[in-house]
Amino acid sequence: MNANTRSKWLAALCLVPFALFFIVFEIAPLVWVMINSLQSEESGWGLANFTKIFNSKFYLQAIQYSLEISFWSSVFGIIIAVLGAYSLRRVDSKLRNFVNAFANMTSNFAGVPLAFAFIILLGFNGSFTIMLKQAGIIQDFNLYSKTGLIILYTYFQIPLGVLLLYPAFDALREDWRESAELLGANGWQFWRHIGLPVLTPALLGTFVILLANALGAYATVYALTTGNFNVMTIRIAAMVSGDISLDPNLASALAVVLVALMTLVTLVHQLLLKRSYHVSR
Amino acid sequence: MSRAELGPVGVYHRVVVYLLFAILLLPLFGTLIYSISSSWSATILPSGFTFKWYIQLWSDPRFLGAFGQSLLVCVGSLVLSVVLILPLLFVVHYHFPKLDALMNILILLPFAVPPVVSSVGLLQLYGSGPFAMVGTPWILIGCYFTIALPFMYRAITNNLQAINLRDLMDAAQLLGASTWQAAFLVVLPNLRKGLMVALLLSFSFLFGEFVFANILVGTRYETLQVYLNNMRNSSGHFTSALVISYFFFVLVLTWAANILNKDKSE
Repeated sequence: MNANTRSKWLAALCLVPFALFFIVFEIAPLVWVMINSLQSEESGWGLANFTKIFNSKFYLQAIQYSLEISFWSSVFGIIIAVLGAYSLRRVDSKLRNFVNAFANMTSNFAGVPLAFAFIILLGFNGSFTIMLKQAGIIQDFNLYSKTGLIILYTYFQIPLGVLLLYPAFDALREDWRESAELLGANGWQFWRHIGLPVLTPALLGTFVILLANALGAYATVYALTTGNFNVMTIRIAAMVSGDISLDPNLASALAVVLVALMTLVTLVHQLLLKRSYHVSR
Repeated sequence: MSRAELGPVGVYHRVVVYLLFAILLLPLFGTLIYSISSSWSATILPSGFTFKWYIQLWSDPRFLGAFGQSLLVCVGSLVLSVVLILPLLFVVHYHFPKLDALMNILILLPFAVPPVVSSVGLLQLYGSGPFAMVGTPWILIGCYFTIALPFMYRAITNNLQAINLRDLMDAAQLLGASTWQAAFLVVLPNLRKGLMVALLLSFSFLFGEFVFANILVGTRYETLQVYLNNMRNSSGHFTSALVISYFFFVLVLTWAANILNKDKSE
């Protein structure tokens, strides 16, 4: 064995601890979930768990609510993030850096603390709820509803959207807008034919990440409703760590459905990306 | 495309940025006011200001315990991450560059698989038997390593590419250093700042992790987030003080990372 192959072997040996930890904490649990989703207590191996999910109004409602909340919060989140990121690019650098840094910090303001802040401000006796009621803007507001959750989710999507979209505007060069103007294009025409097509890949990519982020979210909705709102992540957790009706196999099946949904979204994204306009750089 | 604009268009952009700032600030600001008011219910303005909620919080031994346990778990998992990821990156980039493509797919896994899904398998695999870890901080340290992995891997890879690893190693070896010496004395110091930024940012999001902590461990080794959730039935002012204290801590960390990052790019 010469020195070179020996150093290669030594180098490969350095990979072993990493591989070990990665398998124990990431791969093995995932494989367990996939295998056990195909097994049920009553009928052994097969698709029984999945038929149960897709024949149950309760689980279908969880899937539907998960999708609705994720979709709308991603739509609102990305709209606010696009407007914000674009304007951030066009204000003086002092204000830009400050707000950018602040968005960075608020991206950590999610989960339990965020839910609590919203309960205090927008809950039944929240100070904003009372303020808005007294001003006559709203009649009644229920934070613990689908609408409430969409607002809450949108809030944690905004900083993430801004972080992801801000660099995307690099692709849109200033001289293109000037050239378009010189050639007689108005603002709308510029965005319709140049701006949006150039930004499309970044917008799609960000939208997919926001969707996945919302689909997998658990802490926020758990803290807000103490696990009483019917979305997929809450159902999965309730079946493995709840006080009643433990069913890890059914939980695995629902988890597989969740991962499958996220994979589907990513595949659609890849497909759309291939068909969209690309900037050659 | 970044140029400050003047005139009415400039005003529009400034207004949008201020609105964005206001949206992001509002919940935090409201919570801050709530945490320093003596009572605030059914009125538009609080009736008086006080620091008693903070004093009560910071003298609660259960809070201090949870804070310390959170720190321990986060620091532990970051130490583990560095010990596992640095050699991996070095070996991948220096000896097996082709592995980088595979690694880029593998590190997507912790990102793509929500913690709720992993915890189903983790609970069953390590709940009992020879590898029983559920309910101990050890399982959290392992799980947090997987959460920090994608982020640390990308951040350090960017850094390695910027310093030209191969040239640096060749130059050091030409001057008589062994591979180990070159790696520890030449490459590592060059990565120090990038590593610090990655560690600070990873720390700030690990500190806010709730899903694994609540499902796998819960009150058996209470972290700050779990404590916060368990305090849901106490006074809203008290939980506000807790939320603000938590956010302030994270703010200092991300702010430090920001400053380091700026130093680096200058």
